[in-house]
Amino acid sequence: MSMTLDPRTLDSKIPDGSLADKWDNFKANEKLVNPANKRKFKVIVVGTGLAGASAAATLAELGYQVDAFTFHDSPRRAHSIAAQGGINAAKNYRGDGDSVHRLFYDTIKGGDFRSREANVHRLAQVSVNIIDQMVAQGVPFAREYGGMLDNRSFGGAQVSRTFYARGQTGQQLLLGAYQQLARQIGIGNVRLFNRTELVDIVNIDGRCAGIVVRDLMTGEVSSHSAHAVVLATGGYGNVFFLSTNAMACNVTAAWRAHRRGALFANPCYTQIHPTCIPQSDDFQSKLTLMSESLRNDGRVWVPKMAGDLRAPQDIPEDERDYYLERLYPSFGNLAPRDISSRAAKRAIDSGQGVGPKQNGVYLDFGDAIGRLGRNVVSERYGNLFDMYERITGENPYETPMRIYPASHYTMGGLWVDYELMTTVPGLYAAGEANFSDHGANRLGASALMQGLADGYFVLPYTISNYLSQWLNKSIPDTSHPEFARVEAEARDRYHRLASIGGTRSPDYFHRELGKIIWDYCGMERTEAGLDKALSEIPALYEEFSKDLRVTGGEDGLNQTLEKAGRVEDFFELGMLMCRDALEREESCGGHFRAEHQTAEGEALRDDENFAHVSAWEWTGDATQPNLHKEPLAYEEVDFQTRSYK
Amino acid sequence: MSGTLKNLTLKIWRQSGPADGGRFDTHVIDEITDEASFLEMLDILNERLVESGEEAVVFDHDCREGICGTCSLMINGQAHGPERATATCQLHMRKFSSGDTIVIEPWRASAFPIVRDLMVDRSSFDRIVESGGFITAATGGAPDANLTPIPKPVADAAMDAAQCIGCGACVAACPNGAANLFTGAKVSHLNLLPQGQAERYQRVENMVETMDEHFGSCTNHGECEAACPKEISIDVIALMNSDYRKAKTINRKSLSRV
Ligand SMILES: Cc1cc2nc3c(=O)[nH]c(=O)nc-3n(C[C@H](O)[C@H](O)[C@H](O)COP(=O)(O)OP(=O)(O)OC[C@H]3O[C@@H](n4cnc5c(N)ncnc54)[C@H](O)[C@@H]3O)c2cc1C
Ligand code: SF4
Ligand code: FES
Repeated sequence: MSMTLDPRTLDSKIPDGSLADKWDNFKANEKLVNPANKRKFKVIVVGTGLAGASAAATLAELGYQVDAFTFHDSPRRAHSIAAQGGINAAKNYRGDGDSVHRLFYDTIKGGDFRSREANVHRLAQVSVNIIDQMVAQGVPFAREYGGMLDNRSFGGAQVSRTFYARGQTGQQLLLGAYQQLARQIGIGNVRLFNRTELVDIVNIDGRCAGIVVRDLMTGEVSSHSAHAVVLATGGYGNVFFLSTNAMACNVTAAWRAHRRGALFANPCYTQIHPTCIPQSDDFQSKLTLMSESLRNDGRVWVPKMAGDLRAPQDIPEDERDYYLERLYPSFGNLAPRDISSRAAKRAIDSGQGVGPKQNGVYLDFGDAIGRLGRNVVSERYGNLFDMYERITGENPYETPMRIYPASHYTMGGLWVDYELMTTVPGLYAAGEANFSDHGANRLGASALMQGLADGYFVLPYTISNYLSQWLNKSIPDTSHPEFARVEAEARDRYHRLASIGGTRSPDYFHRELGKIIWDYCGMERTEAGLDKALSEIPALYEEFSKDLRVTGGEDGLNQTLEKAGRVEDFFELGMLMCRDALEREESCGGHFRAEHQTAEGEALRDDENFAHVSAWEWTGDATQPNLHKEPLAYEEVDFQTRSYK
Repeated sequence: MSGTLKNLTLKIWRQSGPADGGRFDTHVIDEITDEASFLEMLDILNERLVESGEEAVVFDHDCREGICGTCSLMINGQAHGPERATATCQLHMRKFSSGDTIVIEPWRASAFPIVRDLMVDRSSFDRIVESGGFITAATGGAPDANLTPIPKPVADAAMDAAQCIGCGACVAACPNGAANLFTGAKVSHLNLLPQGQAERYQRVENMVETMDEHFGSCTNHGECEAACPKEISIDVIALMNSDYRKAKTINRKSLSRV
């Protein structure tokens, strides 16, 4: 059942009051559910990454009945585990001038004035609670000798506000949230459905009534109903095939919700991270990130001369171009990601690339080792250096690392209002799956912050505002025929994918799709390129529909079939990304349209015409989506040209 | 720099389900660059199998960065293969030579039933954590994070233990199929920290007893430490045992006085 949407209903529900008061005003006025009544409500949380685990644990702690779903074998394996560098919070423990306002402003500016002011301000406000909460749960953040918490700097900020646990911050935060969730599972407040994939959303009478899932162990398709459903299912960076995301990250949950009426916002806002290990061969399956924190001490350079094949040690200082320091003197090597990535691309495109495939730039720790000593450098980055050496066979203490940009994070996602509700009543999106806080570019160490903010400190408040209206009213359960109908559709879909009987594996199509998207909707986009992509993707999709081969059948565990379903959804998403990129005739943050740049090659925004969120509606035809616009009005900040010079 | 490996023989365990007896299948990889990771080699094999109409080899993996703990292969009889402190996904073909025969099996432990081929069920680890591997701290009520200074050596020791990725190599490597390294790591992480003191003895008691329901007993072989991709030290087992002994004797009403 697709819903027809009146554009006027795209109401972001921003509370009244000054920016600093909005969140307090919301909390003062929202409808609550009293503690004894909470257990009458069932909430489904899909995803057990930072956003999902924290939401599920907190909702259960409050007394709601929670069913949590993940396609992983354990909640602890969610992709959040892989975050390396750190998490921001406006604690101002350094006394270096940080404040809620500064974190708010840095995030708005970092997002190139394309995010919603009220959401970002709330994020900065609750950031301080996150650190308190995680420390109370036993997250072993790095400490100084006096026992106080340590901080480092991340791109796009001139203060030190990033908290970290060696190079494994995401791991430690996720384990913290997982342990809270495990506690709730242990005492029976949360039922966990592991190795279970959401394959569709069920809407009845204009609200989300539940989900349809596939048990990955048995292939069985079944339904679950609830008062509200939260999707905390992560980002879609794997649309590029090669990315720093874990292999299983996919867009299926968000995409299926989109097909059932949830608008998809800003799909073209994708983040290409500047510091990844360059691709070494053609069948490579994934790229590895080298944390941005390395740019605190590493210096980025390329040889001044194009085609210079000398070993780095043989290139004298005055023949090196430390291009970030040269172009952006006040932020230097810590320029934001979009800017650093494009600068690397330009250097490589002009023939200054290094390494066997000339597809990298150097990140050099020579100075840092000279200044701080090898021990300090190893203390700060040892595990990253080891990881680099394992993958490349080169020792970064002796020879500079080689890095290159790769798909890393997606700012776009399901459109949500201030309460994190999508355009489908009762369906929420949290964490990387929503579009809410990062505008056109996310600052480093802010995704972990957002995921935990959504799950611990926002959703548990906002969800009662919706649930309260259903108190003591009956809602449809899974015996409603709509569940059976959607289940049948899901079964048919997997049956179709399993029985095409062509010649090519899902991976083949994913790789080919990824190439198209990377070439035409990657770091630099042009009208001609996007047009090309918009004709190539449907053609490839056509081939997929005829020539896909899935062995093993649809009953029981079948990783090839799982992959086929995910790749199919990437096709449709890819088309929407290109459409969105084509429609946005400006450059902002991670979206760089070559037609719109300054004389110096920087992004040229068009605030007159594009200061809005592009929220796309599914129409039943992937090539004909319908655009809705949420205007971005700023009360507190003025539009400015972003400068990191 | 990069080179090519030729003529690798893979002997891969195939088993259609828990009830099936299982067998080894042999596949030959004619040529592969030594830059490839071990799992990329399996990806290539799987693509070839699917395109020729055969079923892909089932194996668990996800992050491919040695952090999620999903990958889990016995390679030539060694959990996670020959490279020290390295998870399967981070192992690269440069560690092998042309002409090698490589035997690939799943974790073998009675607490980890085989699901299919190389995939096992490790949910017994989750049961251990659910029984006590947490600090009870309801959302919202936490004091300022810097209120309790934690000496750096304490924070570092907790972090050393907290690095466990929950892969299960320790169990697979153990002749008794014991989970003491995994459990000890979680107990140590939380019991070392000031925030973990209130539940310290209850935690160790619950976790050890849940562990004993599922896993074999530790007889100090130390194989676990050698197999662990995160180099978790067997000191965590000593700490767990000592706290467990205390848990059985200590008067918890006077805990704040010790
Ligand atoms: C290598 C790397 C390093 C990073 N480092 C940092 C950093 O230092 N700082 C920072 O702030 N950010 C960092 N990020 C970004 C950050 O890690 C992610 O944005 C964030 O962790 C996403 O969390 P999440 O909870 O939204 O989703 P995820 O952690 O991706 O979790 C998604 C969950 O949804 C489940 N799921 C998805 N689809 C379905 C479905 N259909 N059915 C059932 N379950 C489903 C999955 O099983 C999983 O449990 C990094 C990202 C990468 C790739
Ligand atoms: S202790 Fe080591 S081997 Fe055992 S589960 Fe943890 S990381 Fe894996
Ligand atoms: S795949 Fe994540 S640790 Fe190996």
